Amino acid sequence: MKPVPALAEGFPDLSGMRVAREPHWFRWLSAALIVLVLAAIGRAFANGQIEWSYVSRFLTVKVILEGIVNTMVMAVLAMALGIVLGVVVAIMRLSPNPVLKTVAAGYTWLFRGTPLILQLLLWFNLALVFPTIGIPGLWSARAVDVMTPFLAALLGLGINQGAYTSEVMRAGMLSVDIGQYEAAQAIGMGRLRALRRIVLPQAMRVVIPPLGNEFIGMVKATSLASVIQYPELLHNAENIYYANSRVIELLIVAGLWYLLVVSVLTPLQMLLERRFARGTLRLAR
Amino acid sequence: MTKPLVAIRSVAKNFGEFQALKNVSLDVWPGEVMCLIGASGSGKTTLLRCINQLAVIDSGGIWLDGELLGVREQGGRLHRLGEREIGRQRLKTGMVFQRFNLFPHKTALENITEGPTQVQGRKHDEVRSEALELLRRVGLAAKADSYPAQLSGGQQQRVAIARALAMKPMLMLFDEPTSALDPELVGEVLAVMKELAKSGMTMMVVTHELGFAREVADRVVYMDQGAIVEQGRASDVLGAPREERTKAFLSAVI
Repeated sequence: MKPVPALAEGFPDLSGMRVAREPHWFRWLSAALIVLVLAAIGRAFANGQIEWSYVSRFLTVKVILEGIVNTMVMAVLAMALGIVLGVVVAIMRLSPNPVLKTVAAGYTWLFRGTPLILQLLLWFNLALVFPTIGIPGLWSARAVDVMTPFLAALLGLGINQGAYTSEVMRAGMLSVDIGQYEAAQAIGMGRLRALRRIVLPQAMRVVIPPLGNEFIGMVKATSLASVIQYPELLHNAENIYYANSRVIELLIVAGLWYLLVVSVLTPLQMLLERRFARGTLRLAR
Repeated sequence: MTKPLVAIRSVAKNFGEFQALKNVSLDVWPGEVMCLIGASGSGKTTLLRCINQLAVIDSGGIWLDGELLGVREQGGRLHRLGEREIGRQRLKTGMVFQRFNLFPHKTALENITEGPTQVQGRKHDEVRSEALELLRRVGLAAKADSYPAQLSGGQQQRVAIARALAMKPMLMLFDEPTSALDPELVGEVLAVMKELAKSGMTMMVVTHELGFAREVADRVVYMDQGAIVEQGRASDVLGAPREERTKAFLSAVI
């Protein structure tokens, strides 16, 4: 056997040498340009026809604060309704039963296929179709008394959200390996128990980022309920500017609050993601 | 006279045009260790899946512990059983998958306790101590609180065996349990299976590990194109095959 040859000459030792930092001139230049443009826009607004004192004064008035509370209450309740409906409809959609499948597909088709604002108006004006509602012989009431702006907004937003959420949940359930379902069956689990104990907890991990997206959408979609007199943030801001004509100032107030709420939601989503990431390598370390 | 634990009679199973099983009949006796060998697509995995009802047979019948699987005979017709009944029948068999299929969001211990507590409704404390004993038996007592992603393939498969055993099955089904493992991890899984065979468990093992079959199997069944070609004692089938197809398969594998 030949001996291993000695290392060849002509390749210097680079150990201990640092990699130099590049100056990145173009990055500095483009950043400076962007700052300049932003400053120009800011200056234009500062000198425009905006009374900034009104913005700061109305930012924390009671009516606006009530509005933001109503917005959040509606967003949370409607999203909860949407998630419950979404999970049920997604399970129906993936069931072998053709009746359940068709009903689920029909629901998604109907509520995803019409504008949300139209659905809100239909719920709110339900009394025009059914003056009294109830269960024959047991209970009945006038529809105008039952279908308050709150209930109309909750049903409109929640049922519409359910149609979208069902597709998100279905995607999550499809992302779980078929072997997981088989392993659950092999230890004697039925379809629903396997879904609840094995498939859905794993689907949650996949589903939380798009659901976070949907919830942020929902926070802003509640503003559509202003057209049916639900006293959420935008509705209350509008009521103020109907009285004092400070339209832009109050719209900015509402905009700032929406931005703040959405900014708070992002870290909350990260906490949730971590909760459902149990057992994945990233966290297992 | 003892009865076979599994009686398979004239079973056929098609996937569309493809005939996965053609008129297969076979008995498995209590305490027997049977190895099923054959090329991929020969129907051996499908046969296991039919016994565990993960696949539904098209015709014929399978009896487990004297009970007809998946259907009930009434008035000269067969009626499919409901999900609950099928679930009850599945509890008599334990299944070990090629790709382990551990539940990734549960620890090793939780993977084992899930079935007994959730499906059988047994008390958590009692199940837990049994599960720890099973983990000790497969050599993983120290890994009870590890998640599957923290375990090697061999360790995962041993947890999967413990998970199946926790249901106290009468029959263990192994579907190529070492095929997804790195070569150096195969031995630890086979060792657990040998120990299980020695304890008297009835086992059906689909495998390419002919060394394991030769050492442990009471009977080797060679399948090809959805049918049983040859079966007998391991030393006969593997050492002195009579059928040409068996000879060709064995010379290709070794």
